[in-house]
Amino acid sequence: MRVIVGQGSCGLAAGAAKVHQELEKQIKENGLNIHVEITGCIGNCYLEPIVDVIDDQGVKKTYVCVKPEMVKEIVEQHLQGNSAVEKYLISKEDSAILRKQKRVALRNCGIIDPTSIEEYIALDGYKATEKAVTNMTPEQVVDVIKASGLRGRGGAGFPTWFKWDAARKSPGPDKYMVCNADEGDPGAFMDRSVLEGDPHSVIEGMVIGGYAMGAVEGIIYVRAEYPLAIKRLETAIEQAREKGFLGKNVFGSKFSFDIRIKAGAGAFVCGEETALIASLEGERGMPRLKPPFPAQKGYFQKPTNINNVETFANVAWIIHNGAAAYAAMGTEKAKGTKVFALTGKINKGGLVEIPMGLPLREVIYDIGGGIRNGKAFKAVQMGGPSGGCIPASLIDTTVDYEALTKTGAIMGSGGMVVMDETTCMVDMARFFLSFTRKESCGKCTYCRVGTKRMLEILERITQGEGKDGDIELLEELAAKVKDGAMCGLGQTAPNPVQTTIRYFRNEYEDHIYKKKCTAKSCKSLLTFSIDKDKCTGCTSCARKCPVKAISGEVKKTHEIDPHVCIRCGKCLETCKFKAILVD
Amino acid sequence: MSCEKNGCKCNGNSEFKFVQLDPVIEKYKNVPGSLIKILQAAQDINGFLSKDIINYIANGTGIKPAKIYGVATFYAQFRTKPIGKYLIMLCKGTACHVNGADMIEEAICEELNIAEGETTADGLFTLNCVACLGCCSLSPVMMINGEAFGKLTKESVKKILYELRNQERAEGVK
Ligand SMILES: Cc1cc2nc3c(=O)[nH]c(=O)nc-3n(C[C@H](O)[C@H](O)[C@H](O)COP(=O)(O)O)c2cc1C
Ligand code: FES
Repeated sequence: MRVIVGQGSCGLAAGAAKVHQELEKQIKENGLNIHVEITGCIGNCYLEPIVDVIDDQGVKKTYVCVKPEMVKEIVEQHLQGNSAVEKYLISKEDSAILRKQKRVALRNCGIIDPTSIEEYIALDGYKATEKAVTNMTPEQVVDVIKASGLRGRGGAGFPTWFKWDAARKSPGPDKYMVCNADEGDPGAFMDRSVLEGDPHSVIEGMVIGGYAMGAVEGIIYVRAEYPLAIKRLETAIEQAREKGFLGKNVFGSKFSFDIRIKAGAGAFVCGEETALIASLEGERGMPRLKPPFPAQKGYFQKPTNINNVETFANVAWIIHNGAAAYAAMGTEKAKGTKVFALTGKINKGGLVEIPMGLPLREVIYDIGGGIRNGKAFKAVQMGGPSGGCIPASLIDTTVDYEALTKTGAIMGSGGMVVMDETTCMVDMARFFLSFTRKESCGKCTYCRVGTKRMLEILERITQGEGKDGDIELLEELAAKVKDGAMCGLGQTAPNPVQTTIRYFRNEYEDHIYKKKCTAKSCKSLLTFSIDKDKCTGCTSCARKCPVKAISGEVKKTHEIDPHVCIRCGKCLETCKFKAILVD
Repeated sequence: MSCEKNGCKCNGNSEFKFVQLDPVIEKYKNVPGSLIKILQAAQDINGFLSKDIINYIANGTGIKPAKIYGVATFYAQFRTKPIGKYLIMLCKGTACHVNGADMIEEAICEELNIAEGETTADGLFTLNCVACLGCCSLSPVMMINGEAFGKLTKESVKKILYELRNQERAEGVK
């Protein structure tokens, strides 16, 4: 009998550590001899904490939304009595979600113990590395990756083989392989899950890539906000060294390669490759002009290649299973799979890995279970602050680089934030602009000043002070910032504004000309009033109102003075009779 | 203990604990590109990067204080002001924004009577807003001293803070 508790950051946030403790306690009290194991995130984050029980015949049962109070029953009935507690098990519908996916980058996440190299090896781990460094030339490795059609998963979708080849051909003895684990898109956690759930797959990808380009060292640049990922990587690197998979003469070959971790210090722009290099060098993370490209002059002026975590996680699978198997998945121009972090107003949020080419509708409805609380789907934001929104009318767009780019959004690194009728699109644009404005490093004028001016206009509009001409001014500024900015941050910052104007111009117009926010989200544009039929005159709203805008006698209908009201929503929260109307 | 006795070159205005940083400075001062690592260690030891500790690092590494300050203020992780015993990192990433992070911020500010970036008068809590803690499917999310709390509501967040404060008071009485 084996008991496994999912303990990625999401599981822990949902209380997995307490469940783990309780399991150990109950197991001990029942005199059982079972060691509670851990694993990474399986992706069904909405069901966390998740506990798997595998019996001696290898039959796996999955318990979901486990609370410490449920543990006693599970231990006594299942671990002791060998019969599963049906009522706590995952539903058929939920377990079907996993079957609709195709797992390559996430192949081991939520299955193996990320702190055990043995479990990774048992699932063919490090076979690809051995094959590459002992049986293939660097050129052959590049050729296999080329044939697989793997493109970078960090956002831009550049062919991976091309970058490796360029770095390989770049002259100089000291070359570096860098893993970009900065995962800056606020609302995405694909890379975190891979690092926490299957760190060895990333290490393997780096060793193989390092071999292909002729690197001497690998560096993983991890976001400061991911302490658990750093810990799991440290353990994994240590284990790989002990086994001789890292360090001098990898697998007894002539190739030597080691990896170290560098913790970032919190700056979105450091996800951009030249800024990342500056940060690795201990400087302010400001982007540098390209060319020279990192493949020529990167980390301390040495040839450097940078790939995303998920890109690396695919590499060993490709070498092991062959390029053809990978290229068989996906579309003509977008091969393989892509991991998405499905969040926002979605019923079943979490991590999903799908073959390229799947329509968004299937991702959102069949896998994500549709919109929360039966509300209407409005749009989905892809690619975070650098991306754009795709409106409900384009929900049949397929997930591939070209189709998504055509909508004005981008594939991005995998953030997929779903929005419903209560999300104000002007406010979303304001939100992203306030993010990029804050994260702009300030080096170039278009980005530094342009994003600030755009933000000011958007703030005005959401506060009910929009003016005729604001939309046009935003459009003009957006185009200029796009053209004039030096790095990807500024060049893509206008995307959320441009796509929301393109698809939701009416919402902008409502804000500016009618002073209305149809999503009822921009507070300054709301009016609060009292429904005469429902108000019982209980006075509780009047007592809660911080500015005394509500008047009325006991047991008589109350009234809100719109000139005094600050739209704080206290009355709405307080009223038990649903008598407060918001328009 | 005066720091001069410990061979510190900060003109006597630093605290004794700065010497804990010496091994880190020693290890990294000749490794190019290590400034961020040294600053991270300094912040771990001191809680924040004071002018004194920046000067101390400058003396130890030969890097100009202005440059150190430039790096320290570029990154969100570094603080130049002290923080409370509990550091609340409230996520204001996209998923949390869509699911009402602003409301949670209001609740925290109301409960603690501080604004974002500030510390309570009793020195217990500091509120910092960050972008994405990587637990988006449990949004809205906050982290207090490294422990994550998900699916927050106005009520649940107030309860968490209230309990922490009570716990502190109880310990104070003991
Ligand atoms: C502002 C900005 C932020 C970025 N953030 C990330 C990031 O967090 N993670 C990432 O892998 N790539 C990020 N990128 C893309 C990288 O610059 C780079 O293209 C990528 O790491 C290359 O890896 P790939 O070819 O495997 O995709 C960012 C780019 C820009 C312009
Ligand atoms: S957006 Fe809040 S945890 Fe990701």
